Amino acid sequence: MLRFVIRRLFWAVPTVLLVTFLVYVAIRLGTDPLASYLRINQRASPKKIQQYIEFNGLYEGAGGYVRGYFKWLGGFLSGDWPRSIKGTREVWPDFKYSMFNTLRLSGIATILGVSIGLSLGVFVALRPGSLRDSSVNTAAFVGLSIPPFVSALLLQMLFAVYWSRWFGESLFPTSGIYPPGHQGFDLVLMLKHLVLPVTVVAIQVIAVYTRYMRATLLEVLNSDYMRTARSKGISERRVLVRHALRNALIPVVTVAAIDIGAILGGLIITENVFSYPGLGKFFLDAYGTGDFPQLMPWMFFFTVLVILFNLLADVSYAWLDPRIRLG
Amino acid sequence: MADVIQPQLTTDDDSEGLAATSISPGKLAFKRYLNHKGAVVSAVLLAVMVLFVILSPLTARYGVNESVFPAVKDGPRNDFLTPRSIAWFGTDDIGRDIYSRLIHGLRVSLVIGLAAAVFSTVVGVTVGSVAGLKGGLFDDILMRITDVFLAFPFLVALLVTRSLLVGVEWLEPIVGKPSSVRFVIVLFVIFGWMGVARLVRGQILSLKEREFVEAARALGATNFRIVAKHLLPNSIGPILVALTTAVAGAIVGEATLSFFGYGPQPGAGQTSLGLLVSSSKQALLPGFWWLVIFPCGLLVLVTLCINFIGDGLRDATDPKLDIGGH
Repeated sequence: MLRFVIRRLFWAVPTVLLVTFLVYVAIRLGTDPLASYLRINQRASPKKIQQYIEFNGLYEGAGGYVRGYFKWLGGFLSGDWPRSIKGTREVWPDFKYSMFNTLRLSGIATILGVSIGLSLGVFVALRPGSLRDSSVNTAAFVGLSIPPFVSALLLQMLFAVYWSRWFGESLFPTSGIYPPGHQGFDLVLMLKHLVLPVTVVAIQVIAVYTRYMRATLLEVLNSDYMRTARSKGISERRVLVRHALRNALIPVVTVAAIDIGAILGGLIITENVFSYPGLGKFFLDAYGTGDFPQLMPWMFFFTVLVILFNLLADVSYAWLDPRIRLG
Repeated sequence: MADVIQPQLTTDDDSEGLAATSISPGKLAFKRYLNHKGAVVSAVLLAVMVLFVILSPLTARYGVNESVFPAVKDGPRNDFLTPRSIAWFGTDDIGRDIYSRLIHGLRVSLVIGLAAAVFSTVVGVTVGSVAGLKGGLFDDILMRITDVFLAFPFLVALLVTRSLLVGVEWLEPIVGKPSSVRFVIVLFVIFGWMGVARLVRGQILSLKEREFVEAARALGATNFRIVAKHLLPNSIGPILVALTTAVAGAIVGEATLSFFGYGPQPGAGQTSLGLLVSSSKQALLPGFWWLVIFPCGLLVLVTLCINFIGDGLRDATDPKLDIGGH
């Protein structure tokens, strides 16, 4: 087991390097960092431009890409990050701020969504074909088919625009994490701002996990070892918890780890609709201006995250399912 | 379900009993499809919507950019009208009928969805078959590429690829302008084929060791014939389901891109569902609810119908799903 983990970790390093190099090339070819720098800073002196090229390692030619990548990587790892092209801001404080906002939103939404989704899935899988099964299953299907920006728009319209017309003031705010001009920390106010975005993300998570849990649990419930367990005379409750649920959760855990990309993808959309200053908005803003010094740390961070979670999925799968042999 | 395939045991004439029960796989799948009520309703609804689109000269009451009545100075205003008899779903900021624009927009969205899904399925089936049959290095490289692409958030990967395509000048005659419908279709094909390729590869890997493939090979069938005549027909179910979900995925994808301002701008004479939904952003705060509800509602209805049809097809073609369920 330990050898398997170490070997996978060992392989993760070259994978990260290769993928981030490809991402680096894609970003440089796609957004043309120098052109976007000149577009934003139209009166930059030749010295400033040279400095920008030097600091970001934007060398020309095929060899320049490799050299530039390592130059960038060295600066990135030593904490010497180039400043953003717009207003020459330091990237790390903004990035950190966005990251914690996103962690708060996604953390709450994921915990809520997964727990509700899993319980619903178990709840309906115990009575397949019943009315509650078909209604929950259909509801989950509808939830999956509603794009996040549509549900965000509808929620905003209902709880902010029309609520304030009917009852004088809106129930939940529609944008940001605090009202404009707010100073300091206020838990209630913050949670109020989180309600709508969390709902939008959670709808998707609940829908996915309800369906998934239902499917895997149904499969397990129909398997031979369930019959064996029952025929041994174990109580129904114990059969369900010790035998069925434990086995049904194995594929769910794996999906949860791989799904991180999808959840973050939904977050980008949600954050943008609610003007929530998280990593998704950070990316879209940086992409919009073609801000190379902001884009690269973001892409690096995500690449590492995705590869890490894929690794986690493999390891947890191997660890949870004794049938898997580690070659 | 089981009674459909159970042979009727008649004592006097065995052959007659067998003849009565021999249902072709297609008919069996059709019967199973009819058992999924949501899928049947969705198919009817979608057919109605497609008819509305095809017959748009008859069903649309106004042209794409035609206002319900010409705006005259000091005359009655034609903008932001609530739903009424001259404009069933109300009008937008320059007095155009939302109902007619939804029909025109749905046409473009359906074209994008269908074209992206069909092309990406063709590419995916080809690549997946080669990878599954040949294996080796090609297979390894393909799987690693799809791993990376599928892991990234959809929008990020889409936007980065988009800017890559925009940057290359000599590609423009092939992929079209970044604001064209063709460009969006190309973009979705670049992403869409990978899921199908994985699926087909998996199917072929599990089928190619079976006896009937071995028998075909022993008879001297070429690789192409084995894939086309034996392997693909046996995995037509999952491919069809993937094709259906790809249509819905491309329609939602177009709407997402449009929502963030990176979508197609189908030109002065056209619009799309995505454009209509994204223009509802501005209608939200002033409270023009009809500009939000109708485009969003139609988008959800279309994706829901297509997804339900996919679900019904899955039930119809997957023999494992016979017990329990719907």
